[in-house]
Amino acid sequence: MSPSVPDSFVTAESISEKVKSGEWSAVEILDKYLSQIEQHESEVHAFNTVLEGEARAAARETDKRVASGETLGPLAGVPIAVKDNLCTKGIRTTASSRILENWKPPYDATVVQKLFSAGATLIGKTNMDEFAMGSSTENSAFGPTRNPHDLSCVPGGSSGGSAAAVAAGFAPISIGSDTGGSIRQPASLCGVVGVKPTYGGVSRYGLLAFASSLDQIGPFANTVRDAAIVHEVIGGHDPKDSTSISEPFPSFLDGLDHGVEGLKIGIISELMGGIEGISPEVIGKTREAASVLSANGALIEEVSIPASLYCLSSYYLIAPAEASSNLSRYDGVRYGLRVQGETLAEMNINTRTNGFGNEVKRRIMLGTYALSAGYYDAYYGKALKVRRLLAQNFDEVYSKFDVLLSPTSPCTAFKLGEKTSDPMTMYVNDVCTIPSNLVGHPAISVPFASGNDGMPIGVQILVPPMQEALMYRVASTLESAKSNEQ
Amino acid sequence: MNNNLKDDWELIVGLEVHVELGTKTKLFCGCVNQFGDEPNTNVCPVCLGLPGSLPVVNEKAVIYAMQLGRALNCSVGRSIFARKNYFYPDMPKDYQITQYDQPTNMDGYLELPSGVKIGIERAHIEEDTGKTVHVGSTGRISGSDYSLVDYNRAGVPLIEIVSYPEIRTIDQAKEYVEELRGVLLALEVSDAKMEEGSIRVDANVSVRIEGEDELRTRCEIKNVNSLRSLGRAIEYEANRQIDLYENSEIPSQETRHWDESDGRTRPGRSKEDAEDYRYFQEPDLVPLNPNTETIEMIDQGLPSFPSERRMQLATLAQMDVSEIALIVERGHDGFAAETINSGAAPQVVIKHLTNNLSDGLGELTPTAFASLIQMEESAELTSTQAKKVLGELVLQGGRPQEVAAQFGLEAVDTDELETLINQLITDYPDEWERFCGGEKKVQGFFVGEVMKSTRGQADGKVINQILNERISD
Repeated sequence: MSPSVPDSFVTAESISEKVKSGEWSAVEILDKYLSQIEQHESEVHAFNTVLEGEARAAARETDKRVASGETLGPLAGVPIAVKDNLCTKGIRTTASSRILENWKPPYDATVVQKLFSAGATLIGKTNMDEFAMGSSTENSAFGPTRNPHDLSCVPGGSSGGSAAAVAAGFAPISIGSDTGGSIRQPASLCGVVGVKPTYGGVSRYGLLAFASSLDQIGPFANTVRDAAIVHEVIGGHDPKDSTSISEPFPSFLDGLDHGVEGLKIGIISELMGGIEGISPEVIGKTREAASVLSANGALIEEVSIPASLYCLSSYYLIAPAEASSNLSRYDGVRYGLRVQGETLAEMNINTRTNGFGNEVKRRIMLGTYALSAGYYDAYYGKALKVRRLLAQNFDEVYSKFDVLLSPTSPCTAFKLGEKTSDPMTMYVNDVCTIPSNLVGHPAISVPFASGNDGMPIGVQILVPPMQEALMYRVASTLESAKSNEQ
Repeated sequence: MNNNLKDDWELIVGLEVHVELGTKTKLFCGCVNQFGDEPNTNVCPVCLGLPGSLPVVNEKAVIYAMQLGRALNCSVGRSIFARKNYFYPDMPKDYQITQYDQPTNMDGYLELPSGVKIGIERAHIEEDTGKTVHVGSTGRISGSDYSLVDYNRAGVPLIEIVSYPEIRTIDQAKEYVEELRGVLLALEVSDAKMEEGSIRVDANVSVRIEGEDELRTRCEIKNVNSLRSLGRAIEYEANRQIDLYENSEIPSQETRHWDESDGRTRPGRSKEDAEDYRYFQEPDLVPLNPNTETIEMIDQGLPSFPSERRMQLATLAQMDVSEIALIVERGHDGFAAETINSGAAPQVVIKHLTNNLSDGLGELTPTAFASLIQMEESAELTSTQAKKVLGELVLQGGRPQEVAAQFGLEAVDTDELETLINQLITDYPDEWERFCGGEKKVQGFFVGEVMKSTRGQADGKVINQILNERISD
């Protein structure tokens, strides 16, 4: 039996409003979620750490502040689950890796600080593919997370724990990170909303880096509006992140209900059958979504992004290349696991051999190779060229279209173990989501339909950089069309 | 050439100089940049490379780097940071943030006092590493009981200045480093102390038969901690290579460490099995893109550098650059110019500054200095007296006339000396005869006698002049 979401406190917005008005107490809200965790976490395994005591103390503090008449932020009393690759001061932050099994950071990630300032209650740290490398959360050193809609299925990944936490009603909101689709793909597979913001829109300070030029932090939520609220909280310029955008973004909430009348929306033809491996069912549902938008006044047309054919290859060179460098610091010298050896090099090797899982090792080797003298131009250099070409493709398309539409995931949630034997079949899961990371554009996955297997199917909405307001507007239109249908 | 190399061999040297910038904080975080503090006290998540931390460039360090670049006549433009990947415990991230194919400064030169221009290939920004101390055994990693790492230095801003292989003599190599120090001190961007490691020099050394066009295999010499070591290391290394060639062997391209106590270089790792650093653009930082206004502002704010200051003083004093270089090096050229412009004889100004004021100028003012020199020139004071007054002016300040009076110093005037000498000729007729007969050593007797009766306050030059006049009479 799958866990189901208690309806009465489903949105973060209503929780915050009622906590602030004193109608609900933060402790009471928290307890409902904690009891849901208690009942179903052993089946789902969404968390690496549940912070029951800390969360209760924080919720009590919130209630006290409400009672004393303080003005609280937009997430007052909202329990939030955070992916275990975001630093939380004094709280284990593992990236689901043995190498950091007991590491407690001495500082909070900027995003975590912002959540706290907005009044949120940190309920736990969620499971993930080790160092965010994977599309099923099966690469966690601490065991896989299961899909709340069918426990024999994966939740997607790498932010599978965060997606499952919201889908299972363990928290109304969670935070993930998206390097090649790690928020949007699990959101699609778990039937929740998942957002990858514009690169530089949300500070990466305190995010354990996988591929720095692609990583972005974003929210999971049950509704588009909740996602937009959380996005506004965690976004904004951060002087601690040099790649953070300093210009302010327009409000994500103001035009949410303005509809799609007159918008020109392109369906990416390469992701609608042009590239092999995307299921006809998913393509069909994406077309239905296009029809819904069309019925709401949008102009729909097929468009081509030719470079999207090479995105997967390009991504699987760039991301591992950066990862091979980013993960060097886990060497047993300063923190985390140390496995002794006779010499310094032996200690480094023993630590990394024992501390990293197979997928992480595979990508470190791949990335090291791609950057090696004599191979750089043929691999990493060429991948960068694809990246530039892709950016040109998008620029051209966006000169004619406002928004793009595509599937999020090529298929619905697959069975645990189904794709673990062949890394290539696993990598193909990211084919629809990778382009946005390569060009740094925002994208959202909105739950839209169910497949014949009863599992959720999401569609992806893509917009130009910093155009999230438009993205949320289109997503909101789809969301309400879907609920009207039901 | 003064290279102590065997005939027919030519020395080829290129220098890589690492300079620690004297910014208040480190290159990518707000930690204090300070030498000699308690280990691991100036550290934070960023300079410790903790998971999730990100670098933010220190603007001051970039400005310092651009100032240095312009001082070295480099073109300063858009630059990007890169990661240099290799494992070492004193490097917290196991990669170093540096600049690779697009450094901040490119293609400049440094003009040496001798007038030779040494080309600069690049001067780029990078972060320093921490320091490892191997405890037990010899202090080297192999055989040590354990190692300790101090990360206070990790992330300190460095500029690496890479010269072209255009240095041809050991003296030029030393001059190059000294001149670079002068530039750094004039810019006030580094304390430039070789002993404390704020300047670290690596030398790329090769040799070839004079007249050859092609460069031969070079070795990189590290661990050179003073100018003297630099000279010794280059000389040793060049001769080592020549010996190999003369025995029909070929040196292998490698890094070698200078051993000061042995006076030899020893092999480190060879370039063939050198690490592949897998450079790529640092994705956590954005390119530096200074606009023309910034560069113009930097140019306008530059102080004058040793080469132009030497030229200015040499022109003013109408002397050779080599005669005034020391004064510029001591930073006394402005003082010299002011004194000369107050009417003092340039030769005397330079003489005193070179020989008698090496410990500093103290309370001395250009005006007092100029008056003193005038007194000396007009023979009011002997040069010995002038030196004494000068010493007093440095300590106490004041006017030279007053100081001289205070000490009762006054050169005996010429009339008085003539009377004295006439008297001596009468008193010592035998000696005078011998003197007139060409016995020069008797001259000393007469000078001594004059000095005795004037208690040393006569000008030796004037005495000699009078004595010689009397002979011809």
